[in-house]
Amino acid sequence: MRRIWDTPGGVHPPDNKAQSLTSGIGQLPLPEKLILPLTQHVGGAAKVCVSVGEKVLKGQKLASASASISAAIHAPSSGWITAIEERAVAHPSGMSAPCIEITCDGEDRWIECMGYPDYKQATPLQLRNLIADAGVAGLGGAGFPSAAKLDRGTHMPVDTLIINATECEPYITADDILIRERADQIIQGIEIISHLLGTPKTILIGIENNKPEAIAALNQQCQGTGIEVVSFPTKYPSGGEKQLIYILTGKEVPSGQLPADLGMVCLNSGTAFAIKRAVIDGEPLISRITTLTGEACDINRNYEILIGTPVSHLLEQNAFNPDLCSRLIMGGPMMGFSLTSSDVPLVKTSTCILAPSHTEIPDGDPAQACIRCGLCAEACPASLLPQQLYWYARADDHERLQAHNLFDCIECGACSYVCPSNIPLVQYYRSSKGDIVNARTAKATAAVARERFEFRQVRLEKADTVRETKREARRLATEQAKITSPTTTQSSGSSAADIIKAAQLRGSTRQASPEQQKAKLERTLMAAEMRLKEAQQRLLQATTNGSADQQTQQLASVEAAKRKVEQTAQRLTEVSH
Amino acid sequence: MITLLTDNTMLAALIALVGLGTLFGGLLGYAAERFKVGSDPIVQQLDELLPQTQCGQCGFPGCRPYAQSIADGDAINKCPPGGQATINAIANLLDVTAPSLDEAHGEEEIRTVAYIREDECIGCTKCIQACPVDAILGAAKLMHTVIAEECTGCDLCVEPCPVDCIDMLPIVENIGQWQWPAPPNPIDLIATTASGMHEDAA
Repeated sequence: MRRIWDTPGGVHPPDNKAQSLTSGIGQLPLPEKLILPLTQHVGGAAKVCVSVGEKVLKGQKLASASASISAAIHAPSSGWITAIEERAVAHPSGMSAPCIEITCDGEDRWIECMGYPDYKQATPLQLRNLIADAGVAGLGGAGFPSAAKLDRGTHMPVDTLIINATECEPYITADDILIRERADQIIQGIEIISHLLGTPKTILIGIENNKPEAIAALNQQCQGTGIEVVSFPTKYPSGGEKQLIYILTGKEVPSGQLPADLGMVCLNSGTAFAIKRAVIDGEPLISRITTLTGEACDINRNYEILIGTPVSHLLEQNAFNPDLCSRLIMGGPMMGFSLTSSDVPLVKTSTCILAPSHTEIPDGDPAQACIRCGLCAEACPASLLPQQLYWYARADDHERLQAHNLFDCIECGACSYVCPSNIPLVQYYRSSKGDIVNARTAKATAAVARERFEFRQVRLEKADTVRETKREARRLATEQAKITSPTTTQSSGSSAADIIKAAQLRGSTRQASPEQQKAKLERTLMAAEMRLKEAQQRLLQATTNGSADQQTQQLASVEAAKRKVEQTAQRLTEVSH
Repeated sequence: MITLLTDNTMLAALIALVGLGTLFGGLLGYAAERFKVGSDPIVQQLDELLPQTQCGQCGFPGCRPYAQSIADGDAINKCPPGGQATINAIANLLDVTAPSLDEAHGEEEIRTVAYIREDECIGCTKCIQACPVDAILGAAKLMHTVIAEECTGCDLCVEPCPVDCIDMLPIVENIGQWQWPAPPNPIDLIATTASGMHEDAA
């Protein structure tokens, strides 16, 4: 018998599991439409690889993984893609997100599946790619892409593989029923994972002792496989990854680290089943087991639902009475969240739909003041101080919240469960976590903005300096030019008086040579007398055979020529005297 | 010399004290030069706390000048983009009581991002010159566009636009950015007690 460790804290809420275990896994009739959100997992949204109007077959890939941490999405049934748009999804905010809508054709015709029954011949990389292609994400509720979890690349070798079949949350029985009915396939899945991880020394299945049938089924299947089934006393939240690791191995995963850092991998039993389907049968993850329970539904049982089935379709098939229902919860009563609408689809992480009556889960009483009873600290499975965290959350004291390890809170709700004042402690922690993350992002963006602002300042300064140096250089060049050519400087600096003086000077130089002037005037006189003669001849011709107009014209030109001759003769006499 | 000193204790004490004074004075002087702090570290810390929108609503040309001014004794409540959270952080750093935001400098608004209606843009580059963080892309007579991730929502590009084609749009929250709201304050849920005293929950 393996030794088990006891985690600190924990609570024992009524488990309410019996009502959904009265019958086995059921099948639902095909819904008219399936809605597939692109983000059903932790990480980046899947990238759509089909278009509206396209006909798709069951199992056909609709969207592929967009990053190393992301998961592909496949058609859960055959039909047509009728929309790729924002739809309301199962999320505490009630907001919408991008979805692919398939209108089913009712044929439910499979695409050809390529299984790999002989998986022992495959390399770990091939197996991991098969799992990634099948879009397998953690089915326990967190939805971490399994292929990323099984990537041993940078981590130390895995010596312990832990399969989480704890299912500690009240009401939920999806894993329990799956183990009871299909333990053989789960064990096959575990063997595939073990082969992929290089056969870890220890393979453990952790299961609470409130599931005797499941334990028996597992024990029967594990005979001679080296897989050990470990059952331990029921306590909420033993199913948390870090809590289960501690229960089974006594090792604590340090704050901020992953189980892989201790050489461990922890997967849900439902995920092991999905991996078996993906590898041996070649079927992608298109369905899961979901518990439908609560007094507002006549039938409480588990269904193998197609991913993307609207919650309303599931409720209609089970005589759901909305008047009885206090609220619709996706997930369990401790960690689940209320749905704002029943039109949202079931996704890979939908473990349970809880439709409780008003007496079953009444609306919470208003919160009262904290009376410092300390019950929350006793209940905390992560050994935190919920009361201190509460004060600091109220005071928005991010520094102290982090110093008190707020981010180690697994949001299990044990503290709120035991609080006699009904304080919604977990909501305070979630809100504060969001605030701290936002503050970190704001700080990072502010740092970028500062860097860009400072760079711009430097750039502008540099441009200013360049302009200033150019201006200085121009000024120096002009000064240099002034020094080298002083005459031009003088003339360039001359005033109107100087110009007049220069002109007078030029005029006096001309007057200084009367001989030249006399000769020039004689030439002008000769030319004028010549023109007078010509004009007189033209006048003679005009008087004999010309019009009156021509006569007057020629007469005028003769007169002008005579005047010119007289003027020139007069100036010549002036100059000669 | 020694005899002179031992005979005149007063003189000896004087010489000793003056000597020691000169020695330590020199040491301190050297240390002041050798370990000189280049920039005022408090300005750096204040600048870290400011939101770096570089919007100038405080009356200073950027966050760092305002940080410098706070260090010189200016009021700490002049930053509307930072809001009460920034005021609280600065008050915490300077160990003073946090005042509320000075409304004269603007009100705390939801974060926005500039958006250029691109078919109306005439390519005048005026907004590019106004942007303090170089978040607008474009060239003369060519369409401009805002790099949304780099935009601090400072508003400075809206005023210079000659055709009013810049809108400040609030940042739309998507499902990935959503966060749980804080529960309602329990004090609001409790009416005054019989004696008229408030329940001391805070």
